[in-house]
Amino acid sequence: MSDLLELSVAEAAAKIAAGEISSDEYFQAWRAAALGDELNAYLWQVEEGNGYEVQEGPLKGIPIAVKDIFCTEGSPTTAGSRILEGYRPPYTATAVRQLDDAGARVLGKTNMDEFAMGSSNENSAYGPVLNPWDRERVPGGSSGGSAAAVAGGLAPCAIGTDTGGSIRQPASLCGIVGLKPTYGAISRYGMIAFASSLDQCGPLTRDVTDAALLLAALQGRDPCDSTSVGIEGGIVAPSREDLAGLRFGVPAELARDEIDAGVREVFEATLKRIEGLGGEIAEVALPSAEHGISAYYVIAPAEASSNLARYDGVRYGMRSESAGDLLEMYETTRAEGFGPEVKRRIMLGTYALSSGYYEAYYGQAQKVRTRIAEDFDSAFAGVDFVITPTSPSVAFGLGEKTDDPLAMYLNDFFTVPMSLAGIPAISIPAGLAEPPGGGQELPVGFQIAAPAFGEQKLLEAAYALEREIGFDARPGGVDG
Amino acid sequence: MVGELSGILDHVDRIGKLDLEGVEPTSHVVELENVLRPDEPRPSLARDVALAPAPDPYEGAFRAPSPQADA
Repeated sequence: MSDLLELSVAEAAAKIAAGEISSDEYFQAWRAAALGDELNAYLWQVEEGNGYEVQEGPLKGIPIAVKDIFCTEGSPTTAGSRILEGYRPPYTATAVRQLDDAGARVLGKTNMDEFAMGSSNENSAYGPVLNPWDRERVPGGSSGGSAAAVAGGLAPCAIGTDTGGSIRQPASLCGIVGLKPTYGAISRYGMIAFASSLDQCGPLTRDVTDAALLLAALQGRDPCDSTSVGIEGGIVAPSREDLAGLRFGVPAELARDEIDAGVREVFEATLKRIEGLGGEIAEVALPSAEHGISAYYVIAPAEASSNLARYDGVRYGMRSESAGDLLEMYETTRAEGFGPEVKRRIMLGTYALSSGYYEAYYGQAQKVRTRIAEDFDSAFAGVDFVITPTSPSVAFGLGEKTDDPLAMYLNDFFTVPMSLAGIPAISIPAGLAEPPGGGQELPVGFQIAAPAFGEQKLLEAAYALEREIGFDARPGGVDG
Repeated sequence: MVGELSGILDHVDRIGKLDLEGVEPTSHVVELENVLRPDEPRPSLARDVALAPAPDPYEGAFRAPSPQADA
């Protein structure tokens, strides 16, 4: 059984297609592994049997862990919130349906920060997810359950969503690959909305090839999402083995940013590897990126405050038992149903959109967003990619940042600018580093960003670099 | 929570000091033009299916408490 779990998704799919292993045998092996979840990675797992028919396709028989933000018809979908406890959607998200059409099968729904608001998975109403490398530490967030499931051997691959880093940062902290595609590459239909102009679905996998395989099935235009355009020409498995002729831009601003020494060391070593593969390192300027966090924490809460108005205790989700008249019912339902971070962001967002403050906050943030996108445009005129560490630190301790929301927000420093610009970015594991206080070594992610819809080129470069890095460390050395 | 929100707003206030006169605001990164599809009816959720997740469905409708207390 365990041999099956060692296969990458691409290898397993090839063996299933060749009839060397049965799709049912493969699925059951993973189901057994998922049932052993000690990380609180899953909020729900598929039941046995139920007459499921596997579709023919490139992902035939591949089990997939799905972040609990995607609607799945008839199965619980909570977005990590009490307010959706018990909700069983009447329809399935397009992203999940497309995976299903390609032959994949939902293995379970993964834990997450409530409505994807968080960078540590500690904002879930259903308890934190534990990092498989060190169970005293966070897996990152908001797609923490998906990242921990893949890193912890509880799923062969997963999907998540990234609004300001929610795929890339947990992938980095868990030592796996996480890809945020270009905004518009994948349909958002049936993906519970947080910040609609930023939210984007993407894969979390063990390697770059598997990320390409999932993206190929996920991308596409969907009549149900007018902002979805798909990726012209589709996506194929990457095969590039060198980086000759490619230019990688390191933001000049990186030199003065606060980055853990261990993370910086791994980053520098990776630059050497790029050069070893024939790639060229250049300096680029992203002068507005330092305002990314400020702009993001205006724009995302503003959009969230509008999106979350739908949870009114009338059409779906919970309604407070102690309801009086209509207004009291709205108030008590939201007071009981939303957690503290969600309340914080709704208040920030409504404040930023209020008359008298709109221009100073939201208007100004939208202009910063333009500046950040222009920075990337200028950078990409001279380089093929922009590279940074994915996160300024390795996985931090559970509870370490929960009392200081701003410190938590600053963890997204390197991932937020790409989200604001809408461009694709991937995090690949680049090595291990000791946390600042010393102790067991933990994974460090390396982020590569490309121009809009440059996913194929991005995957090719990440693939070549992944081979060179040869990251093969696995969690479990300490805690089992 | 008041202290936390103030701290966040203090940080966010930095962008208020930037000179962004004349910069176009970005509300969305995908350049899309509005297109109209043919006005043809398509299947939608059946009423009972749409009502199934509601906390208090009643005779084919969503039911909510009265807007007025003691009504």
